[in-house]
Amino acid sequence: MAQSSRAFRIGTGAGFSSDRLQPALDLVNKGKLDAIVLECLGERTVAFGHRDRMANPAKGYNAYLERRFRHLLPACRETGTRLITNMGAANPRAAAHATLKLARELGLGGLKIACIEGDDVSAVVPRHQAFMDEPGTIGDVEMPLVGMNAYIGTEAILPALQAEADIVIGGRLADPSMFLAPLMHHFGWSAQDTMRMGAGTLVGHLMECGMQITGGYYADPGVKDVQGLADCGFPIAEVEDDGSAVITKLADAGGCVTVGTVKEQLLYEVHDPRRYLTPDVVADFSRVRVDNVGPNRVRVSNAGGQSRPDTLKVTVGFDGGFQGEAGVSYAGPGAQSRGRLAADIVEARIRKVHRLQADLRLDLIGSSSLFATAGQRCEESQDVRLHVALRSPEREAAEIMLWEVESLLCCGPAGGGGYRGTITPCVMTKSVLIPRESVKPKLEVLVA
Amino acid sequence: MTTSRRNDRRIIRDIAHARAGDKGNTSNISVWAYEPADYQVLKRSLTPERLKRAFPQLFRGAVERHELDHLQGLNFVLHDALEGGVNRSLNLDSHGKSFSYLILGLEIEEAAGQ
Repeated sequence: MAQSSRAFRIGTGAGFSSDRLQPALDLVNKGKLDAIVLECLGERTVAFGHRDRMANPAKGYNAYLERRFRHLLPACRETGTRLITNMGAANPRAAAHATLKLARELGLGGLKIACIEGDDVSAVVPRHQAFMDEPGTIGDVEMPLVGMNAYIGTEAILPALQAEADIVIGGRLADPSMFLAPLMHHFGWSAQDTMRMGAGTLVGHLMECGMQITGGYYADPGVKDVQGLADCGFPIAEVEDDGSAVITKLADAGGCVTVGTVKEQLLYEVHDPRRYLTPDVVADFSRVRVDNVGPNRVRVSNAGGQSRPDTLKVTVGFDGGFQGEAGVSYAGPGAQSRGRLAADIVEARIRKVHRLQADLRLDLIGSSSLFATAGQRCEESQDVRLHVALRSPEREAAEIMLWEVESLLCCGPAGGGGYRGTITPCVMTKSVLIPRESVKPKLEVLVA
Repeated sequence: MTTSRRNDRRIIRDIAHARAGDKGNTSNISVWAYEPADYQVLKRSLTPERLKRAFPQLFRGAVERHELDHLQGLNFVLHDALEGGVNRSLNLDSHGKSFSYLILGLEIEEAAGQ
């Protein structure tokens, strides 16, 4: 196992499934990185992947994998940057083989591609398993099951690094673990060193959402200004053996790294800061120090940790039916009254004429939509859009709703225009906990 | 950053910034004072009781507040706050990502006598 005490440079090349490509390429070409991580899975993405794989056994991995790798693989080879990703989603094996084929096509002979499996636990979890934070068991849910994936951590990733893989592809690898594993491999950190497990998890947590720490999802013009958002760069972490790190970005990229951007990402999706659970550790972020140490350079330190949990979290995915969304706009004097009248008509038609019981929501964008349930309403707008949403196990219910909204253009209030309607298949996800011994990660290394 | 508001009442956005995240049907919103001097005002203005009182139809479950005093930050964990969460809610913003601005839009509760 490689061991060194020099600082380790790690970057993020994607913070979500459809993140930008060029800034990732810039980071590899100019960032002098030891490793880059592409984090592309959300709560539901693996379930969508399972659905894709059921329709086509060669699919189920991230749709942008080939497009990204076509540019990133040659760049990573050129700069000696190792790439780690969960783009395998519901089909890491197919993703690894697609990568192998691409590597050969690009003339990258000798490229080592690690495929990590074992997170798919559908054969292991019993149907009577109770849900983690709500009543009921898997067997109680009437919707068809599409898949079950456990969050696996550094224990599953380290063997791939020890095998000197250039590209590491897994499915439901826990986001911070993809950053912690290369740190452990480089510095020789022990899995029992809970302080460093916590510190490395902090680095991963800060880096896993990409531009959310370099000025993305931060700007509030006039209050919190960010320059160059169209050119925003991805983040780089310079990590030391003591677990502290400086978060920064390429000097010529847009965006910014400040105490403010780091703070907002520090507690993103965190509940009790003293106990942030991952497959590797129970991390403690409650005493983390965040210090500006230069332009777009912020140092984080003082994370801690306690022994990892005995259980692993599993996302259970179900087929959630269909969601229909449709709308018509109204503008000028009386726009709000006409919009509200249109809403009343659609609701009456859905409930009384078609007698549909499906979940239904009617909003008036420009007056009350995102904050409608919170009771906030703006009475001044003369440009509003009726937005109707319906969810049902039956596609036909969604089609009826679209039909009713469209018919407002003939049968509804005056001056309506701009009908659009879409129907999207849905997934439903819930969580269970299983003993970590029941998950057995598996590694295969392919060579181009 | 102080901006005057209608009726000269300041809002939380004038003294703090915030970001929302989601997990299932639970939202977490971290709120950070720009100036250490405003942190006590922030703590006084934003309590779990205030948030539940302000938006009872939306924040239906328990509200916890965690404090990172050394960073002038508060972390609110709001249970049963996302109308079922991303899988069930029909809100356009089913993740509740915009709810950071529900909090930032609240008026600051100045101390008695101010």
